[in-house]
Amino acid sequence: MSNHTEEHWHRRALEHRSTLFAVLTVFGISIGSLVELVPMFTVENAAAHATGEVQPYTPLELAGRDIYLREGCYLCHSQMVRPMRAETLRYGTWSRAEEYTWDRPFQLGSRRIGPDLHRVGGKYPDAWHYEHMKDPRSMSTGSVMPNYPWLLEWSYDAADIQASMKAHQRAGTPYTDDEIAAAPSKLTEEGEAIVGRLAEANITTTSDKEIVALIAYLQRLGTDRPKDVAKGGE
Amino acid sequence: MSSNQPVVYDDAIVKKFLGATLLWGVVGMLVGVILALQLAWWPANGDIPYITFGRLRPLHTNAVIFAFAGNAVFTAIYWSMQRLLKVRMWSDGLSNFHFWGWQAIIVSAAVTLPLGLTQAKEYAELIWPIDIAIAVVWVAFAINFFGTIHIRKIKHLYVAIWFYMSFVLTVPILHIVNNLSVPATLTRSYPIYTGMTDALVQWWYGHNAVAFFLTTPFLGLMYYFLPKAAERPVYSYRLSIIHFWALVCLYIWAGPHHLLYSALPDWAQTAGMVFSVMLIAPSWGGMLNGLLTLRGAWDRVRQDPILKFYVVGVSFYGMSTFEGPMMSIRAVNGLAHYTNWVVGHVHSGALGWNGMMTFGMIYWLVPRLWGRKMAKESWVGLHFWLATVGIIFYIIAMWAAGVTEGLMLRAIDPDSGLLLYTNFLDVVHTLDPFYWMRFGGGLMFLTGILMMFVNVFLTVRGSGEPFSAPAAAVPAAK
Ligand code: HEM
Ligand code: HEM
Repeated sequence: MSNHTEEHWHRRALEHRSTLFAVLTVFGISIGSLVELVPMFTVENAAAHATGEVQPYTPLELAGRDIYLREGCYLCHSQMVRPMRAETLRYGTWSRAEEYTWDRPFQLGSRRIGPDLHRVGGKYPDAWHYEHMKDPRSMSTGSVMPNYPWLLEWSYDAADIQASMKAHQRAGTPYTDDEIAAAPSKLTEEGEAIVGRLAEANITTTSDKEIVALIAYLQRLGTDRPKDVAKGGE
Repeated sequence: MSSNQPVVYDDAIVKKFLGATLLWGVVGMLVGVILALQLAWWPANGDIPYITFGRLRPLHTNAVIFAFAGNAVFTAIYWSMQRLLKVRMWSDGLSNFHFWGWQAIIVSAAVTLPLGLTQAKEYAELIWPIDIAIAVVWVAFAINFFGTIHIRKIKHLYVAIWFYMSFVLTVPILHIVNNLSVPATLTRSYPIYTGMTDALVQWWYGHNAVAFFLTTPFLGLMYYFLPKAAERPVYSYRLSIIHFWALVCLYIWAGPHHLLYSALPDWAQTAGMVFSVMLIAPSWGGMLNGLLTLRGAWDRVRQDPILKFYVVGVSFYGMSTFEGPMMSIRAVNGLAHYTNWVVGHVHSGALGWNGMMTFGMIYWLVPRLWGRKMAKESWVGLHFWLATVGIIFYIIAMWAAGVTEGLMLRAIDPDSGLLLYTNFLDVVHTLDPFYWMRFGGGLMFLTGILMMFVNVFLTVRGSGEPFSAPAAAVPAAK
């Protein structure tokens, strides 16, 4: 109980000295922070980048990723398959650190209101994604995902994507100045490929639509899995 | 420091923060109820970009954490630190800058998030110009806070101040390190970290937002307001020393428990798990110190709704800090992660601990600030029951949902060795009744805070009997 006839050492040593108290508090939170974070900045990060196999997102994939971020897809979908039998059976091989090499921000997610998406690339044709974003229930009976009809109408802005690439470049992603300059034509080129595949399924759209960019991103997801396990472990 | 004139405390600032707490509490929880409806009944997403679940959920989390809980903590700090240190806040100008700056930040969050302007990092969604504003406002608050400590008339710092101090110092460090990024446009930026490094920085931040935004300042609140309401001194001074320093040193390690079984290096996962399990000790130290302060006052708990709020609040603190360490054990997390179990855990802390402690504080403060008893005294008890039953509905539904989906998703047919439930949507719809039950619980909780809002409004407007504070039998802060 807090009856003190003489003053407790803590009171004398610290509670009378607010600056020392503050310094010690910061010291207390610094130890764990430094021990855990610093190795990640140096050793682990270097290890993940060392394989050098994972290429940065293409301009169209990056545009699609920006849409994924904007709509908050990560609040319902994870992008991290855990090394457990039920997960590899359901989704595919488990996620490796190097696959996230150029993910700014990371999109691991913490909820699975819908299924994991880390291995969704190549799982469905482009047309499936088109219809699914327009009306999820047309492709997955009983889905609870919202409709995203505006993605079929809104267009992305090439200059905006160049700004994104520049920022990524400044943060350390190896985009060259030439790649950034050529982004507008690259966007159209990549987009036309998807538009062509959609046309085969009787869907008419244009390469500047947000849905096209989002499809490009979704089809890229998980395709950077290590080559030696591309087929195994599933 | 020589004058012996009575200090005139700045209570206007306390009133402002209290009003903001109520307002944003109603807004944030209304959004929570809408989210709950969207999960039970998808058409509630309305085919409208601005209100889809993915855009509204960050609005909910930011509103309830930074606006509701944040303003509640500021209310507690501005009321109690002036009284504990026997001085007025160092600068009224900075107090007001803090208040208006913080509200402007909240309003800009409420505009930008539905527009899809986001950094897409959980609890750090706000875009970089707002992040800078947060840092600036926080520095102003910190200067005022330490300025007030500097001119204090009471030499020693009471335990509540320690907890506030850890909040004032740690939050900006977490905020700045996690938000370091390169702007692309005025509304968009990309972190300087990538991949798993970004993930670890984010969860170091995210978990310690729980620790230093939703836990330590609320413990400060508890250490001041609970003894006041109970009119008894804190149970153990020694225990408060031990559990304070242990919390400060241990919490910061626990972030990786959000990344178990991920591609994060094993050593970091193990560190996160071990420190999380250890956290149970200082957490329960705090809970026991709170509950045992009520020893010998249990008869009053039965009659005084304010004490009831505190008892339930501190008990939920104990419960969620028991559950959290358990969920940090890898094998348990393997089941719980990604499921509604985590949502249940979150809300037993958020509604039970942060919500109930805030409500208790507000019902205690309003008569003292406005000099009138609550206009509708009977509503206070009703609010208590609505909130308590609402929480119970909420978390039981989420536990049941979480364990159900966790087990179904991992179930393997022993004969074929293949998945038992191959269609994800079968699992989703098994949860429907639980989602409706949570919606009901959330609605009750929201009704409770709405009643409090109206009650405070009527009291401030002038209904209610005059109130004069009883002379405290035991000065709590000795
Ligand atoms: C000793 C104390 C605690 C420990 C060790 C702890 C541990 C955990 C664990 C293991 C998770 C699940 C992570 C996952 O699998 O995704 C979690 C989630 C969470 N906890 Fe706690 N918890 C504690 C106390 C609290 C309290 C008191 C609150 C609220 C006031 C709280 C708020 C949260 C939140 C908001 C999340 C969700 C994070 C997210 O995924 O978005 N925790 N906690
Ligand atoms: C009427 C009261 C409330 C209702 C109905 C409600 C409802 C919800 C819903 C439906 C979600 C989404 C869960 C999901 O992802 O499946 C959510 C998330 C969340 N809420 Fe609330 N909420 C309420 C109050 C609060 C309060 C008072 C706080 C904090 C002080 C809070 C903090 C959070 C957090 C941190 C999350 C994210 C959880 C996670 O990532 O796991 N909520 N809430």
